[in-house]
Amino acid sequence: MIIRTLKKSNIDFLVAIADYRIWNLLAFQDIRQRYRRSVLGPFWITLSMLISIAALGVVYSKIFKMNIDEYLPYLTVGYVLWNFISTIVLESTAVITGAEAIIKQVNLPFGTYVLRMVWRNLIILFHSFPVIVLILIYFNVGFNINLLLFPLALLLTTAFAVFLGYILGIVCARYRDVGQIINSLMQVIFYVTPVIWRADLLKGNRWLLDFNPFYHYLEILRMCLMNVAFDWRPWTCSIAITCTLGLFSIFIVKRTKFRIALWL
Amino acid sequence: MKRIVLKDVTLDFPVYNSSSRSLKSKLVSISTGGKIAIDTRDQPYVRSLDHVSYEISDGDRVALVGHNGSGKSTTLRLLAGVYHPTFGQISTKGNVASLIDLSLGMDIDATGYENIYMRATIMGMSPHEIRKRIPEIEEFTELGEYLNMPFRTYSTGMQMRLAFAVSTCVKADILLMDEWISVGDAGFQAKAADRLNNLIQSTPVLVIATHSPALVKKVCNRKIELEHGRLIDDQPI
Repeated sequence: MIIRTLKKSNIDFLVAIADYRIWNLLAFQDIRQRYRRSVLGPFWITLSMLISIAALGVVYSKIFKMNIDEYLPYLTVGYVLWNFISTIVLESTAVITGAEAIIKQVNLPFGTYVLRMVWRNLIILFHSFPVIVLILIYFNVGFNINLLLFPLALLLTTAFAVFLGYILGIVCARYRDVGQIINSLMQVIFYVTPVIWRADLLKGNRWLLDFNPFYHYLEILRMCLMNVAFDWRPWTCSIAITCTLGLFSIFIVKRTKFRIALWL
Repeated sequence: MKRIVLKDVTLDFPVYNSSSRSLKSKLVSISTGGKIAIDTRDQPYVRSLDHVSYEISDGDRVALVGHNGSGKSTTLRLLAGVYHPTFGQISTKGNVASLIDLSLGMDIDATGYENIYMRATIMGMSPHEIRKRIPEIEEFTELGEYLNMPFRTYSTGMQMRLAFAVSTCVKADILLMDEWISVGDAGFQAKAADRLNNLIQSTPVLVIATHSPALVKKVCNRKIELEHGRLIDDQPI
């Protein structure tokens, strides 16, 4: 019933959600393909995450002169979630062009390919969760009531990723240079986003971060996991950005969906 | 019942290559392909279909004929809902199955069974429907234990057998084909032809793009001829 209503809605995003079987299957197939014939399979992600965090943690806690008990949990949460977000942004640039074979053959909603990519990265993220849980428990970070908001924070971030994926995917299908621009931009954004360094190091200049959308999503996610006080600000910003991108992506899909196949 | 109605359909392909500007100077008419032109915004484009109108009803077995680049494949994609008219209208009633690329969605590292599910799901079948068709696919392909092996271990012929078997599982109102599909060795070819004929018989509308007069005679009852994207002939045969 719900599915039928979604399919009738004529909004690409909702129709794609109703077609969940296809992107669910394709996402799992992507992961199976990536780790086929490997012994650890997707747990390579867990392992490589642990290795990077251990290495970064030891060095940067010295550089920032921070207690490792405090720094490592912060780094772990930030690093894992940043990887999730940035991989999605990078993969967005090829989300439409990479699906050329299917797009030119069957008329599926474009969201199928976006959701496939985001869902694949969510599954990969779930494989890194044990690392977060392990580190948070080991360093005895503790938790507060904010933890209950974590699913909401993750949902908000995922929705942001889906809408951004739509927009970047379509823009990159039309303008092939944009993908390259995004690639180099994401490296810069990593350095200007508090992932390995703490936002309070900016002291009086924290306002600089307000212009960084990725910062707000990292903040709400970290807020839920890190046993820190609740703060409205990043929540309001994240909700506002997600809604704006959502509307914009619906608009851009409506404008271009009849022409996307001609660009491939 | 009218299944497909095209009203004055024109389809232009924008050309975005950086060198496309130089096309301006060579707007010559050529023997193949659609007309190349420049629109009001200085954007070069290829006119792939040029003011085409026709209707296709139940029982029609349409042969699309014409030179390379006359618009046959574009028409198939238009009917599949992949392309949309730049000008004009198209309305399609019923669900469309496209047998243009059999190996769509096939993953060489996945097993035969996994590939059956992937391909069939992309074509819009539910897991329940797929499960019901599996014994039939097993029997038809004669692949036996190979269905549990990675697709890459198959010979080309075996890969085609599986792709063909899954693709022809689909029940649709409109079937699109690019040339007649022929797979496998001599014995299998006969079997495949039977299966394809059965599928065509049970499908209300068939549209097939072809260069083979023999095929047109054998399976079609109507011929639509295109040239440079224009409809030049439409008659029953």
